[in-house]
Parts: sequence; C-alpha cells; structure tokens
Amino acid sequence: MTDWSIPAMCTIESVSRDSADVFTLNLSAPDGEFSFAPGQFNMLYAPNAGESAISISGDPGDPSRVVHTIRTLGNVTGCLDTLGPGDRVGVRGPFGAGWPIKLAHARDLVIMAGGIGLAPLMPVLHTVAASPGAFGRVTLLYGVRSPGDILFQDQLLDWNAAGAFRLEVTVDAVDDGWQGDVGAVTNLIPKARFRPGETTALICGPEIMMRYSALGLIERGVPPADIHVSMERNMQCATGLCGHCQIGPHFVCKDGPVFPYPAVSTYFALREF
Amino acid sequence: MKDIRAELAEHPFFAGLAEDYLDTIAGCGKNDIFTPGTEIAREGTSADYFYLIRKGRVAIETYAGPRGIVRLQTLDDGDILGWSWLFPPYLWNFDARALQDVRTITLDGACLRGKCDADPALGYALMKRFARIMSERLRAARIQLLDIYSGGTQ
Repeated sequence: MTDWSIPAMCTIESVSRDSADVFTLNLSAPDGEFSFAPGQFNMLYAPNAGESAISISGDPGDPSRVVHTIRTLGNVTGCLDTLGPGDRVGVRGPFGAGWPIKLAHARDLVIMAGGIGLAPLMPVLHTVAASPGAFGRVTLLYGVRSPGDILFQDQLLDWNAAGAFRLEVTVDAVDDGWQGDVGAVTNLIPKARFRPGETTALICGPEIMMRYSALGLIERGVPPADIHVSMERNMQCATGLCGHCQIGPHFVCKDGPVFPYPAVSTYFALREF
Repeated sequence: MKDIRAELAEHPFFAGLAEDYLDTIAGCGKNDIFTPGTEIAREGTSADYFYLIRKGRVAIETYAGPRGIVRLQTLDDGDILGWSWLFPPYLWNFDARALQDVRTITLDGACLRGKCDADPALGYALMKRFARIMSERLRAARIQLLDIYSGGTQ
C-alpha cells in the first residue's frame, strides 16, 4: 500500500469463531500480496463504524492473506463481528515495530501470552514452527480465563506435538473436566527451561499480566533488556502524528507496539497515566 | 533410584542449604505415591506433613457451598504442597487432591518442627524458603483475583 492514509478494501474469505467473544477474519491480501513483520498491526476499517488498531495474527510466510484475530469489545469490533465471507473491510498497514525475532536466533525463547494477547504472538509461533533449529529452547506460557477461552487450540497442540515448542497453558477458573493447570500465568514460569542470560522473552497480554510476568522472569535471571512487551493504546493515525497513543516519549503506533521492557516499565504502574 | 537425601539435594527449594541440614531433613522424609483422585489433604484436618511433588499434578480446592468444590490452583513437578504444618493449629486450610499419579517426598511436619526448634538456624533457613513460596503464591492469587483477561482487543 503506497498511501498510509487510504485503506485498501479487502474481501473477507472466511471467518472462524475462536471463542465466545473472539473471531478471526481471513482477508484476501490487498493487491494479492501482503508482507508484515510479526508483532505489527493494521488499522481495520469497518464500514459505517470506524477504525480500530488490530494486530496481525497470521503466518508471515503466507503473503496471500491478511489474518486478524479480534475480540468483540466496542463499536468497531462489534461491527466487524457481524461481517461474513464476501464482505469487505478497509485495511491500512502494516504499522509499527514488531517482535525482535532476529535478535532471538540461537537463544532460548520464552513467549508469554495472556488471553487475546496470544494473537499478536501467533506470527512469532508460525516463524518458530517454520524455522526448526533456529532457536534454542522455545516455550509458550499461555494464560486464559477459562478453558473455553483458549485460542488456536488445535494449532497449538499440533505445533507442540511436532516439537516446535513446549506449550504450557493455565486457566484462572476451571470447568468440569479440565485436567490442566489452574492459576496465574506467572505460575508457569518455573516450567519453562531456559538459560537466563541467553533468553529472549516476548510478552503480550493485559498490562498487569505483562508487568508481573516480566517481574517473574527478572527474578529468574532474565535481563530486563531481553524482555519485550507489546503495548496497547488508543491508536488513531498509526503514524505518530495524532498523539493519541503517546506513552511517555513514545508513540505506541510508530515506536511500538513492541518495546523493550525497560523502555516502558516505568509507565506500567504510573497512576493517572 | 535416588534416595531421599539425593532428591532433596537436587530440589530447587533446598538449593544452598548446608549438607548436614539436608541429612537432618531427609530423616523426616519418606516416599509416597498417590493415585488419581486420592485426597492428599482435607481442609480442617491435621496438617502433619508437607510434600515435595516429584511427579504429577495436584489440585488445591475448597468447598464453596452452592458452588461446590472450586479448584483454586494446581501444583506440578517440583512444587511444594503445604505449609500449614508450620503454624498452630496445624490444620490444612484447603483440600489437595491428586489429579494424576503423584509421586512425592513426604516430610513429617512434627519431626521437622522439633528439629527446627532445636536448631533455629535450620528453622530460619527453612522459613526463608517457605516465605518465598508463600510470597509467590500470594502474588499469583492476587493476579488471579483481578480477572485480568476481561479487557483489551489487541
């Protein structure tokens, strides 16, 4: 896309329901090809509703599609949730700085996701699965509210079974029949095997989850600079012009959404910010 | 098969503990196996033991009246189960139930309390380790309370 301010209209190829309030749109790529870096986002325009910044959850190795996994929470996402195959949505992007995948090569990789925060990490997992031997030990620690909220379950289990990475999932509240872990996602950290000084950690989820996850990793020896988090703010222009998503000296849309933890850690617990 | 002393020496909970203390603690230990569904601890009953989980998953649960039994947390390989043996009235605060075949090193609380009373340095070393576990579990419980996954669209 040549003009960042004009959405390209993309056709919805398919929609999948991932949980009660999460769905995935598979869009045809604008102009037949769409390239992005894991961790980047698009501005999705729902006709007659407006725009919302949504991370890209697809496979970076497949340029034919644009994939977004979305939680229905407001007007725009609610409108997107009503669309189906053949409908069109506007797409501006990709925007922002993604996950530092190249820096993680040959290192252990600890990926921590909370709830819908798994979506921006899916392109990383696709990359890991497509790059056997490129990383050291890779572990995904994934926390959700309940078993019914686990996203991409079949895909994750397939990757885990194929040895792409070690998968650990925990839920906050349990349904009958759940035999897996129960508790906060930070409880999973001791299950990950990693060399603290040779580890890159990628965290995405609610800010409080990222804060305590980073703390848990730091307590186990991971240097703060090797921890990266994906921030969520009210992104409007997506190019750092409007200032809606400013956090301290950073514009989340342009400088992020992925930041080294030390760059944003002071803002996590800042009151009235 | 490793003896209890060797198992304790390799367990992160006891990392850095003096060799003679490991001998002392091992003297209060035994191996146990719990089959799936076995109640390891029942709320309100005497907390005579604590457990180092060598293998398997344990559910920490409580009976919540009309809600029935609520599972609060699970513990796995390498985790510590139980600190009620440390404090009067030495009663379990929650239920613990094996979800799988669970292998533990089971440590006799009364035996260890006696040894800690006789050697306060051992007591302090153990208390520091339990305090860290309690702190981590308290932090995790607070995070769990917040229902943190209820917002955000990413």
